[in-house]
Amino acid sequence: MQLRVRALETILTEKGYVDPKALDFIIDAYETKIGPHIGAHIVAKAWTDPDFKHRLVADATAAVGSLGFAGRATHLIAVENTPRLHNMVVCTLCSCYPWEVLGLPPVWYKSAPYRSRAVIDPRCVLADFGVTLPADTEIRVWDSTAETRYLVVPMRPAGTEGWSEEKLAGLVTRDSMVGTGLARAPGAAP
Amino acid sequence: MNGVHDLGGMHGFGKVESEPDEPVFHAPWESRVLAMNRAMGYLGLWTIDTGRYSRETLPPHVYLGSSYYKRWELGLTNLCVQFGLIGQDELAAGHALHPAKPVQHMLTAADAPKSLSRSSFERPAIAPAKFKPGDRVRTRNINPPSHTRLPRYARGHSGVVECIRGCHVFPDAVAAGKGEDPHWLYTVVFAGRELWGEAADPSVKVSIEAWEPYLEAV
Repeated sequence: MQLRVRALETILTEKGYVDPKALDFIIDAYETKIGPHIGAHIVAKAWTDPDFKHRLVADATAAVGSLGFAGRATHLIAVENTPRLHNMVVCTLCSCYPWEVLGLPPVWYKSAPYRSRAVIDPRCVLADFGVTLPADTEIRVWDSTAETRYLVVPMRPAGTEGWSEEKLAGLVTRDSMVGTGLARAPGAAP
Repeated sequence: MNGVHDLGGMHGFGKVESEPDEPVFHAPWESRVLAMNRAMGYLGLWTIDTGRYSRETLPPHVYLGSSYYKRWELGLTNLCVQFGLIGQDELAAGHALHPAKPVQHMLTAADAPKSLSRSSFERPAIAPAKFKPGDRVRTRNINPPSHTRLPRYARGHSGVVECIRGCHVFPDAVAAGKGEDPHWLYTVVFAGRELWGEAADPSVKVSIEAWEPYLEAV
C-alpha cells in the first residue's frame, strides 16, 4: 500500500492538485491537535457549568465554537445520558463521526461488527465493551445518516463533587462520548 | 443502492474488538490517504456523497475485504480517474504523463487550517416543512440502485419525528449529479420492536436522520 499511495500522491502533486505541505498540516493536526481530549474538555465543562451545558444541548456547534478549538464542528448535536437513558452513536452506512471534537474514529467504530450490530443489539455491543446497564434503562441509538454529528455527554461519576474541570476531563473517555463506555470512576485505572 | 456498505442489522461479523491505546494511524500511508481525500475534496469537483458513493460501488468482496483507508484509497483513485484528473497509464507509471486539468481552489498549506472545519450542508428552505416534531411518519420503501442515505433496515417502518434539523443538501440527488436539491431533514425515532420484531429488546430505540422525500405521513 505504501508504494501505491506514494505513487498516487506523486501524480496528484506533479499535476498540481495537491500540495504535500497541506497534507502534512492535516496529518499533524489529527495526530497532535484534534482528538478526544477536546470532547473531554467539553463534557467536563458541561458537568461543571450548567449554563454551558444548557447551551451545549441547545446548540452544540455554537457552544463548542465559543471555546475556540481548531475546526468548526458544524451540525454538532450533544445528547445527554441520564440514569434512565443511555445514548450510543453509530454510522451504519459509512463512518460519520464528530471529528472536530473526538478526532479520527477508532478502527472498531468503522468496522462491520460495530456498524451491523449497534442498531439491532446495542446491549450486546455494550457487553463487548464490558458495559452492563440496568434492563430498564432506555438505550437510544443514533444512526448518523446525514451531516449531523453526535457527541454523547456521559453521566458524571459519583464521588467527584468539587473536582476541577481539568481533573474531571481525565475521567471522560473517548468511548464514553460515543456511548460504548461510561465515564471512568474516580480511582479507576485509565 | 442495496450494497454491502449498508450494514445495519446484519449478522455474522463477530464481536466488536477495541484496540487498547490505538494509534491515530496504523501506517504512514493511511495518513496520506486521509489527507489526500481532504485536499482533493477541497477542489470542489465532488461532494462528500460522491466520495461515499465511490466507496459503496466498490465490488462487495473488495469493500468487505479492505481496511477503511484502503477503501478510501480505492474510492479516491476511482474518482480521480472518473473526473479525468489522472489516467490509468499514470497510475501504472507512478508519475504524471499528461497535462493537468485546470482546477480551482487547490488546498495550499496556507489554507490548510480552513480544511479542518466542516462546511455547512444547510440551505435556505424552498417550502415549509411538511412534518413537525411529534408527527407519526412512515419511511418509504425505496430501493434506488444509486446513492441513498436511507438504510435498508429503516425502510417501510413507522416512527415519530423528533426534531427538524433544517433544510439540507439531499445526498440522493447530489451523488447522482442532479444538484443539491435541498430538502427538510428530520430526526425520526423508531421503537426497536418496530424495526426488529417482537423478540427485540423493548428498551431500545433507534433514530435516523431522514430527508423529507424518505418519509410519508401515516
